[in-house]
Amino acid sequence: MKKSLFDQGYLDEQFYQLEELQDEVSPNFVEEVVTLFFRDSTRLVTNIDQALEKRPQDFRKLDACMHQLKVSASSIGAAKMKNECTSFKEFCGKESLEGCIRSFQKLKKEHSTLRTKLENYFQLLRQVGPVEKAVRSGK
Amino acid sequence: MSSSSSSMSSGQVEDVAEAAPAAPPQQRLVLAVDDSSVDRAVIAGILRSSKFQVTAVDSGKRALELLDLKKNVSMIITDYWMPEMTGYELLKAIKESSELKEIPVVIMSSENVPNRITMCLEEGAEDFLLKPVQPCDVSRLCSRVLK
Repeated sequence: MKKSLFDQGYLDEQFYQLEELQDEVSPNFVEEVVTLFFRDSTRLVTNIDQALEKRPQDFRKLDACMHQLKVSASSIGAAKMKNECTSFKEFCGKESLEGCIRSFQKLKKEHSTLRTKLENYFQLLRQVGPVEKAVRSGK
Repeated sequence: MSSSSSSMSSGQVEDVAEAAPAAPPQQRLVLAVDDSSVDRAVIAGILRSSKFQVTAVDSGKRALELLDLKKNVSMIITDYWMPEMTGYELLKAIKESSELKEIPVVIMSSENVPNRITMCLEEGAEDFLLKPVQPCDVSRLCSRVLK
């Protein structure tokens, strides 16, 4: 299952780096970090949603919010989300509200999809136990 | 996903090392500063895996408060871009303090801005790491800075 997340571009190498940090002391490190990510990113997505409704548009503020989201996404290896954040920021740079809105719709979809896939992944890990965790899928 | 995740909430000083087994006395204490809870958790995890004690805080202000209380901080690793006090401003405050200026400070940033990097290094930063920070970066850095 993890391999498909990588093959489909949802996750990148950074996720593997986080898994390497798991040990007996922190056996759920990755899930904890991912939980933090979705807690923060949900708040940021809501903030951006509200900011997009405002007129006139403050593209600097939008860019700053999206930058936070991009950094967090990078930190957990959420590749598709990170790329969509970059796209949104480019539209901010061009002050294209239409572009921002379009990009944001894609971003929300990626966010929701990634959350579901990772929830399923961690649920599977809990069911399978240490054996699955010990096996690192090929890239 | 688990709801019992990290308790590093905003505004709190959290000693991550308290969750770990008892550390040998010679283990070094690193102060990690980042307003992002995700990045705090990641950098703390990387440092812990390199056998460092870690205290993680969410702002430069909290970092300075903690440095007033804890006199055994071996290194500070801070994000550059934080609200209220940037990592650069924290670096300046530390280097201007007779008590704190010898503590090595490392800056992290998600943006590769040459002027920013130069400015931090000229102000006395030991190194400038680009995010996402990799375990090998931290390992190499700590070997050099804390030898």
